[in-house]
Amino acid sequence: MLAFVLRRLLQALGVMAIVSFISFSLFNYVGDPVDNMVGQEATMEDRLRIRQELGLEDPFVLQYVRFVGNALQGEFGISYRIKRPVAAVILERIPATLELVFVSAIIALGLGIPLGVLTGIKRDSFVSKAVLTVSLVGVSLPTFIIGIGLIYLFAVYLGWLPSSGRGGVVQFGWWKTSFLTVDGWRSIVLPALTLSLFQLTMILRLVRAEMLEVMLTDYIKFSRARGLPERIINFSHALRNTLVPVITIVGINIGGLIAFSVITETVFQWPGTGLMFIQAVDFVDIPIMAAYLCFVALVFVTINFIVDIAYFMIDPRLRNDGGH
Amino acid sequence: MSVPSSDSETQTWWQRIADSDVFYSFTHSPLALAAAAVTVVFVLAALCAPLIAPFDPFDPSQISLWDGKKPPAWEADGDPAYLLGTDNQGRDMLSTILYGGRISLAVGFASVALGMVLGVGLGVISGYLGGWFDAVIMRLADVQLTIPGILTAILINGILRSVLPPELRDELAIYVVILAIGLSDWPQFARVARGATLVEAQREYVQAARVIGLGPVTIMLRHILPNVMRPVLVLATIGLALAVIAEATLSFLGQGVPPTTPSLGTLIRVGNEYLFSGLWWITLFPALALVILVLAVNLLGDWLRDALNPKLR
Repeated sequence: MLAFVLRRLLQALGVMAIVSFISFSLFNYVGDPVDNMVGQEATMEDRLRIRQELGLEDPFVLQYVRFVGNALQGEFGISYRIKRPVAAVILERIPATLELVFVSAIIALGLGIPLGVLTGIKRDSFVSKAVLTVSLVGVSLPTFIIGIGLIYLFAVYLGWLPSSGRGGVVQFGWWKTSFLTVDGWRSIVLPALTLSLFQLTMILRLVRAEMLEVMLTDYIKFSRARGLPERIINFSHALRNTLVPVITIVGINIGGLIAFSVITETVFQWPGTGLMFIQAVDFVDIPIMAAYLCFVALVFVTINFIVDIAYFMIDPRLRNDGGH
Repeated sequence: MSVPSSDSETQTWWQRIADSDVFYSFTHSPLALAAAAVTVVFVLAALCAPLIAPFDPFDPSQISLWDGKKPPAWEADGDPAYLLGTDNQGRDMLSTILYGGRISLAVGFASVALGMVLGVGLGVISGYLGGWFDAVIMRLADVQLTIPGILTAILINGILRSVLPPELRDELAIYVVILAIGLSDWPQFARVARGATLVEAQREYVQAARVIGLGPVTIMLRHILPNVMRPVLVLATIGLALAVIAEATLSFLGQGVPPTTPSLGTLIRVGNEYLFSGLWWITLFPALALVILVLAVNLLGDWLRDALNPKLR
């Protein structure tokens, strides 16, 4: 167990080292950092002095080590565009993204699992076929088109829901939440639905496929022969055994939600980290880009690590040979 | 493979295709036929855009702001000259969609080709040589596969754009997008090609080739490569749909093809700004074109996967 955890941890650290190196190169070699700090009239001496103060004349390895040291303390410098510390900007934007991802995950799980069970048990019913056909369309539609479609229908045509922004927010320390106002809830519906649709169809199809397989096993037939009620067979015997693969896929898919939040946040002008990254690219705001790169890598590495460990704990077959 | 060897030399390549299982399955699947027909229409329309488009959207002399924001021809104030209406600058929607589809497809094909060449190349070498090269490449692929392709493409595209000097950013945008999408989908190809290579490398024909003294490069290129192309082809078809979506997404985010040479994604982005004023056709028609194209290519890929899978026959 320990060897397995250590190996995975080492791999995770390796990934972070590569990503931080890319982000460090970006930081130091794209454009001239000094240009972004001094005006046009600065003399060569001024520039050299600033370069020395910033440590840009130091050996390469030393600079990289310093970058990693700063990054570990959440120190990514000052944003070129908004002239504020990058860490503060990201921290301010994380709640919006997390709340969006959270609501989307609830929608995806809350609808995906029951619909998957339903279509798995009653595979030939009209409702199942309708759900599956719709889900096929859901997989093929690009996220941003779903977003535009929902905006047009619910915000422009029907006028029921707002089309952009977070609506009213309430502040708790540094965390701004939109969960405590009606306006905030109205605002989160469309972006969360947009973000969840793809994951919803994935979970639905996965649960359905697993259910179809489990329903053919002997223990289900035996339970039926014992005369157990269908509801107990379906939900407490069959569904429980489909959940192992579902949990791992869901874990990985949370990362997918964060990835697609870049697109959803741009469509809905949702003030989260994804929109921040796209704006940073537009203005070549390197410190923000570098920090976002590290942030995303950290999220994915953490999720993968947890999923790997969970897999290891759930599936005893992996334990014997050190998990590889 | 399934063709009898006695008369295979007298058969033309067309006959061999017509006799194959895959062709039989193709002609007997209405969905595959329809999807192929739609895809062919799109590719032809893209190739012939300059010939069949009623207007040239890049020629300022053909555009008049007076004709801007006209609804489709069947609406009350539509103009029969503009079948699908005009955009905010007075460009004919049908023409811009034809030219836009051309760019979307070109970027799609080019980036899949890049990802495929890179991935299959690395995959075959990995599978054939093994050792540390294999370990490094496959670890790299594993790591990249944990992050969704679209996010990788957005990140690579963003980094490449910021490396470029601002004046070249629009000019080179198309190549940056191709590079970003191509680099984001190579791991899939590498994995599949490596897996198939591991199987093929154990076969007798490869051992025979080695015995008669052929070099590793010749064996990989002439003997293994043709035999790993089946699964790669399926991946490439589905990859084309994904690449078209990725390009459209990047362009929609304003990170892709610039409005001066709009792709479908750019058109949707521009149209989106007019959605609130009720000018629905500027967004709807390019979006519809994109969705139909992606759906057709996806269905074609699904069918191909089943048709080439011997277990499903």
